[in-house]
Amino acid sequence: MKRSFWRRERRNEDLQEEIRAHLHLAEREAMESGMTKKEARHAARREFGNVTVAEAVTRDMWGSRWLFDFLQDVRYALRSFGQRPGFVAVALLTLALGIGATTLMFSLVNGVLLKPLPYPEPKRLVAVNGHTDGWNTKIYGEQKLSYPDFLECQRESRSLDMAALVYNSGTLSAPGLPQYVDYFEISPELFTVARVPVALGRAFLPDEDRIGATPVAILGYSFWQKRFDGRTDVRGSTVTLEQNQYTIVGVAPAGFRLYGDEPEVYTPLGQDPAGYLRNRAAQPVHVIGRLRSGATLAQAQAEVALTGNHLAQAFADTNKGRSLQVKLLRADVGDTGSTLWLLLGAVGLVLLIACANVASLMLARAVSRERELAMRVALGASRGRLVRQCLTESALLGLAGGLLGVMLARVGLSPFLTFWPGDLPRIDEVQVDWRVLLFAVGVSVLSGLLFGLAPAWRAPVRELERILRAAARTMAGSSRQLHSAFVVSEIALAIVLLIAAGMLGRTLLHAASLDPGLDIRNLLVMRVGLSPATLADPARIPAGWQEVIDRARRVPGVEAVTAVDIVPMRPGNNQIGYWASADMPQKEKLPMVLASSATPDYLKVMGIPLLEGRFIDDHDRLGSELVIVVDDVLAKSAFGGRDAVGSSLWIPDMPCVQATNTFVDCSAPYKIIGVVGHVRYWGLAGDDQAQVRAQLYYPLAQVAPPFLRRWSQLMSIAVRTSVPPLAVVEPLRQELRGAASDQVLYQVRTMEQLAHNSLALQRFLLLLFGIFAAMALVLACIGIYGVLAYLTGQRVPEIGLRMALGASPAEVMWLVLRQSLGIILLGIGIGTAVALATGHVMERLVEGMQPISLSTFILTIPFLVIAAMLASLLPARRASRVDPMNALRQE
Amino acid sequence: MSKRKDRYQSRTEILQGTLDMLILQTLQWAPRHGYALSKAIRTNSGEILKVDTGSLYPALHRLERKGWIASEWKTSELGPRLRIYRLTQAGRRQLMSERSRWERLTAAIAGILNPGEKENVP
Repeated sequence: MKRSFWRRERRNEDLQEEIRAHLHLAEREAMESGMTKKEARHAARREFGNVTVAEAVTRDMWGSRWLFDFLQDVRYALRSFGQRPGFVAVALLTLALGIGATTLMFSLVNGVLLKPLPYPEPKRLVAVNGHTDGWNTKIYGEQKLSYPDFLECQRESRSLDMAALVYNSGTLSAPGLPQYVDYFEISPELFTVARVPVALGRAFLPDEDRIGATPVAILGYSFWQKRFDGRTDVRGSTVTLEQNQYTIVGVAPAGFRLYGDEPEVYTPLGQDPAGYLRNRAAQPVHVIGRLRSGATLAQAQAEVALTGNHLAQAFADTNKGRSLQVKLLRADVGDTGSTLWLLLGAVGLVLLIACANVASLMLARAVSRERELAMRVALGASRGRLVRQCLTESALLGLAGGLLGVMLARVGLSPFLTFWPGDLPRIDEVQVDWRVLLFAVGVSVLSGLLFGLAPAWRAPVRELERILRAAARTMAGSSRQLHSAFVVSEIALAIVLLIAAGMLGRTLLHAASLDPGLDIRNLLVMRVGLSPATLADPARIPAGWQEVIDRARRVPGVEAVTAVDIVPMRPGNNQIGYWASADMPQKEKLPMVLASSATPDYLKVMGIPLLEGRFIDDHDRLGSELVIVVDDVLAKSAFGGRDAVGSSLWIPDMPCVQATNTFVDCSAPYKIIGVVGHVRYWGLAGDDQAQVRAQLYYPLAQVAPPFLRRWSQLMSIAVRTSVPPLAVVEPLRQELRGAASDQVLYQVRTMEQLAHNSLALQRFLLLLFGIFAAMALVLACIGIYGVLAYLTGQRVPEIGLRMALGASPAEVMWLVLRQSLGIILLGIGIGTAVALATGHVMERLVEGMQPISLSTFILTIPFLVIAAMLASLLPARRASRVDPMNALRQE
Repeated sequence: MSKRKDRYQSRTEILQGTLDMLILQTLQWAPRHGYALSKAIRTNSGEILKVDTGSLYPALHRLERKGWIASEWKTSELGPRLRIYRLTQAGRRQLMSERSRWERLTAAIAGILNPGEKENVP
């Protein structure tokens, strides 16, 4: 680079010398023919023509001229920026805000959705899933594998290294206070397959992956930091988890998480003797794999599918109709994607407005520079050269704005993340990394081109002479239209954002006015980890729950207590199929219902009205008639709302049982004993559009003992209080500790918090869209002000003439306001059309979104019209105060 | 689109080619510097062809880059350093081919301009 630069300098000097020699010789000859020295010089010059052009054209022969032109353009641009610091400051600030907001939002999209998994060679990592026709991935997530099927796959596979993971939770009772923890039971290969080394100690050994081996555990990194202060001597010490003592052999890699949150503890999957791990009908195992070197995804898919077929034939009673699939492993981010894309789209609109604003500023500048540019054309600059010059200026502005924007994004990122409602998945991977920087540079250059193109296009070529002759005040009609076009598009974009914000506002208002179906005040819900000793013996579990309920009821301030497995507006649910007659269609075609077990006080605690019949009572227990209570939604959809009580439902997936403790034919019907009010289980906003709304309750006392342990891990208690609910939390914690003081309460929430949180996303979106809409409005107003001020400035002589001819100040004001009103109305018209289209997108992406209504328009549009008219008032007033004499003298 | 471009290119090629040929032809007798070259072209054409210096130097640099001519700096006794261009072997070959093409072209054009005189041409 440098060398070529030098070579070029040399050549440049050579060329100049060559041309000088040429002139010199011509001059000498002319003198010899009798001219004076002065005459000769003129003649030689005349003969030669334009030296500069000759040099320039010759230099063109050498190539790489663009670089020099570019540097020249940059110098020129910087100089002209220096002359207009005000313009540059406004443009930079506008761009920095637009690009900053867009970059920030993109760093979220990038971290959560786009970045590959944080493991080496992430594209060779796969997930192995089961698949059955009719399985609804949306409701249940991907189908997992049974442990025996996993072992089979692992043994058979030639193309994949596989590892298994089972999510579990339980009470960690020592060392320290008992705590309810998440733990992953894993196969020993997990860390090898992910190719991340353990932070401390070692992974599990193959020999430890069998029943009866020495119990060993690996600590999750965060848990190790919190509970053991990151001490390196934890190896060899023990933890007691679900009554088993494990020796710690290592610490998992920092931030290692595959499904959901980082677990506290890892234990060897093969050591767990639990029955469900031996049952091919139960599928709790997440399977991940890594393609062996040389193997392709297609090979792995074919191979695993073959194993799946083989299993389906060999174990027809459990595996019939189930196939196995291999997919690239992706981060589990739930439905965050739609929210993130929505927000990125919204900031994109703000950026567009910012670009339109800067473009109209640039254009105003370009018009006032028209004479300067025309002069350069006259002096021999080509049009392409001028266009390039303009684009260089805007690209520089864009990049500088982008730089500021990236800085803004970096500073604003972590405060923004703390505002995010609920847990943002992969939050620790949201950073300003090279992808984000690349994006920011791309966006900056693109916006530079976007706002630079229009002014550049106007670089004058035609009507050169007219421009040079005319005074600076004249203005081509096309330029006025272009100016107005920018303002129209700004207003249109602002309208889209305003209406989106309006829709969100209406949605929130609507949701807040809805009846949740239960009494959310003075209601506390929490999960209870029963004592591991109780859980170990299914026969003791019912008594264990009864004791929890009885003891909780004794706490002062507590009015009533119930056990329940699914809690409204809290994540986690249980959906099963039902039918109103014994003549059932295929299982996959059954309508679904949210099913929850409950104890007799449930209605009283939750404040749900009983509409018909009775609720579960103490007489409904194992051995008595199987009963259920349904909500009015189910009563209506299954029985048309009449005679539901006394009818029966057939529910094949219920944990049905007979007094003898053996499974019965699950086609046995469940008798409906009562109808209760519907509860907005899916949250205030989301419930109306939820796929599965119907609800039913069955007695916890009728759950079969083999299911009780699993049920107990999911159970919560709900407490109605006569005092502020948070006041009873500590007393409850003390009271419920149990004899071995190893019973723990966790996920303690008031129902008011849950109801509030169920609208958190909508509230957050409203806040952001409100901010975006406000930014858009301000930018649009600045744009209107700038353009009108400019346009009126151009019209000063005309206005002066009108006033000299007798126009009143009011008429002049109206003249200007009418012009702006026209622009505003056109913008509103276009904006409304676009908003109607984007409104449908919002309805799809945001849960519980209310459709666009007339009131949204009625509330938002006057707002914009007033703001825009205020922005145009100032130029209008200025115009009305034009002194006719002065104005005319400008001619 | 491409058609238009072709047409445009072929037109400039003829113009350029003509100047290139004249330069090569003039350099055939002796190496010259730019001024002498332009003077020679003018004189040899009986003052009819005037070489625009704005195209002469670009053409010289282009021909040099193609390797048809070469240049070196010489110091004259009287004045400034002079850049002297001479024809290379490749340039000589290029001149031959351009000349024959030119002759074909002029014959063709003459044929069109004077259709009747064709037989009279000896």
